[in-house]
Amino acid sequence: MTDPIQPPPKKNPLNRSWVSTIPPAARSRAALGLTAAAAEGRFMLQVCADCGATQYPPRDACHKCLSIDLPWQDIIPTGELLAETTIRATTDIYFRDRLPWRAGTVRLDAGPPMICHIHGDVKPYARVRLINRLDRSGQGVILALPEKDTPNMADDPHLRAISSDPSHRRVLIVDGRNPNTPDFAKALKDAGAAMILIGLSEDWLPFQGRKALEDVGAQIIPLDVTDTKSLQRLAGEFGGKIDILINNARYIRPGGVIDRTDTNLAARELEVNALGLMRLAQALGPAMCSRTADGTNSAVAWVNILSAWALANEPSFGSFAASQAAALSLSQSLRAEFRASGLRLMNVFVGPTDDEWHQPLPPPKVTPAAIARDVVRGLHGGFEDVFCGDVAKDLNERFRRNPKVLEREMTGGGV
Amino acid sequence: MSTLANLASNIADGSVKVVDLTHTLDPDFPVIILPPEFGQCARFRMEEVSAYDHRGPGWKWHNISMNEHTGTHFDAPSHWISGRDVPMGAVDEIPADKLVGPVVVIDCSEGAAQDDDFELTPQIIEAFEAEHGRIPEDAWVLMRTDWSKRSGAAYLNMASDGPHSPGPTPDAIRLLVEDRNIRGFGTETVGTDAGQGAHYTPPYPAHYILHGAGKYGLQCMCNLDQLPPTGAMLVAPPLKIKGGTGSPLRVLALVEN
Ligand SMILES: [Zn+2]
Repeated sequence: MTDPIQPPPKKNPLNRSWVSTIPPAARSRAALGLTAAAAEGRFMLQVCADCGATQYPPRDACHKCLSIDLPWQDIIPTGELLAETTIRATTDIYFRDRLPWRAGTVRLDAGPPMICHIHGDVKPYARVRLINRLDRSGQGVILALPEKDTPNMADDPHLRAISSDPSHRRVLIVDGRNPNTPDFAKALKDAGAAMILIGLSEDWLPFQGRKALEDVGAQIIPLDVTDTKSLQRLAGEFGGKIDILINNARYIRPGGVIDRTDTNLAARELEVNALGLMRLAQALGPAMCSRTADGTNSAVAWVNILSAWALANEPSFGSFAASQAAALSLSQSLRAEFRASGLRLMNVFVGPTDDEWHQPLPPPKVTPAAIARDVVRGLHGGFEDVFCGDVAKDLNERFRRNPKVLEREMTGGGV
Repeated sequence: MSTLANLASNIADGSVKVVDLTHTLDPDFPVIILPPEFGQCARFRMEEVSAYDHRGPGWKWHNISMNEHTGTHFDAPSHWISGRDVPMGAVDEIPADKLVGPVVVIDCSEGAAQDDDFELTPQIIEAFEAEHGRIPEDAWVLMRTDWSKRSGAAYLNMASDGPHSPGPTPDAIRLLVEDRNIRGFGTETVGTDAGQGAHYTPPYPAHYILHGAGKYGLQCMCNLDQLPPTGAMLVAPPLKIKGGTGSPLRVLALVEN
């Protein structure tokens, strides 16, 4: 079993906060396939289309027959620990601060031996489960876990380093008026969050949800993503205390381009959904980036709830979908800007949600509880991309297969 | 001394006081809320362009955005469908001499303190006139409710059946417009109409009747408790926006001590 992490003591104000460092990030282009799979928490390797050999490490030509047709496939992630070592000295500045570190070789049941990090509860020569996850440099790495869950296994330093675990951490949920906020607050509390802050815009309007949020123990603070001043005030008060930010601010109205007669609603959609993200990041991003090595409750993840229509436009909500595409693109820039700090940016893509604006749409619709569950699952996995619900998953698959075919289907060309 | 030289020295020595009837334009100031499927009134927003920094080393300035009807603001006749064809009905067309003029203040603060839906009625207007004389032609009439002292959610006072705030009845507005031929009507609430004004006939009678007759509106004002019932002078020039249906503005009153 793993020793459980204790709630961190209050910081000693005389000590300098640890500065962010990241593990080595250099990879070949072929190896980025591992990273792409890790972004969604999938265990994938190249499998030769000609001879069927499973490849590791990732490469450009088959190790058996030299074929260059090596598509990535989901692989059964089990194997056996062959050899291991515990690293006690290194010149690498990231691992130097985290020693000792356990690493070794696992023989995958699917064939090749793999170099991996090893969870503390794995016994010598034991059967293991492998996971492919993003390390703090944002690159895919393999971690060997015990075959069966062990007590407190999430608190193992190897696993904690690659997850965005909410336990002991302080969370800001941006938009208290979003109907999904109570489920988010509850799910994060159940996941062990130490403090939950919830933003509330326009306190001059009635807010029925207050009691439900306060019952979960959340603190409600003024925050409006369209108001730069409110974000500066928030950053001044709480900038150094936010470990996980969940941006669930959303403005949505039906309509595309010419079935509207002005750009006002579109401006508001962009103000909240795209520029709101930008304002939040300008106000809170730098402080979060500076606190990614700040002990047990270090800054660890930035979460955006996006519509899956960011991938391909749904014309009945065409203008809203455009704002989601803008937010997605901004999130990619932000991810790059976070990279040097190790702060993880996770996008949770959702299909039509079960709320007033999607009322005329047929099911399936995503419930707030399902989104909350996937947010926590994504944080535990340290993912970059989570697709929540059947609609979002299906859209993602079709997007990968052929974006143009998907566009044609979404815009009225399908059967 | 000339009239204006006199006025200048009276302002300087405090015998004429300048009262500011304007709320601060602030992102947190409430705006009128319509059902979500309608277009909405933009809140006041301010983005720094530079602040003595790399974006402009020696100066600070902001880009601002808002609706014509955000904060303390002026309603021109063209704001309402009844006033769409009124000549000189947009803010840029209103003659300059209409922007400065006499003002009377009807104190409804006691009633509004008792009843959120307090109505200004013809009886109240007539009782006011019995005490202070007939409302002069082409004067501004302001309804004092002390509503401006409310803040937060108490200002719009939204309930599930809509907002509750005081305002004039259709008959009161008809009396002021058709009989007294006033210049305009002003309030401390978010509109010239009562919160429940949609349920009168015609709906929103102050907007409908005032603007249909080419009269003006002022709303979201404060400090009306510093004005005398009669005898003050109102200075209320909206921005000269081409075709504008209203504008945020600084409303001042000159009050003789
Ligand atoms: Zn092969």
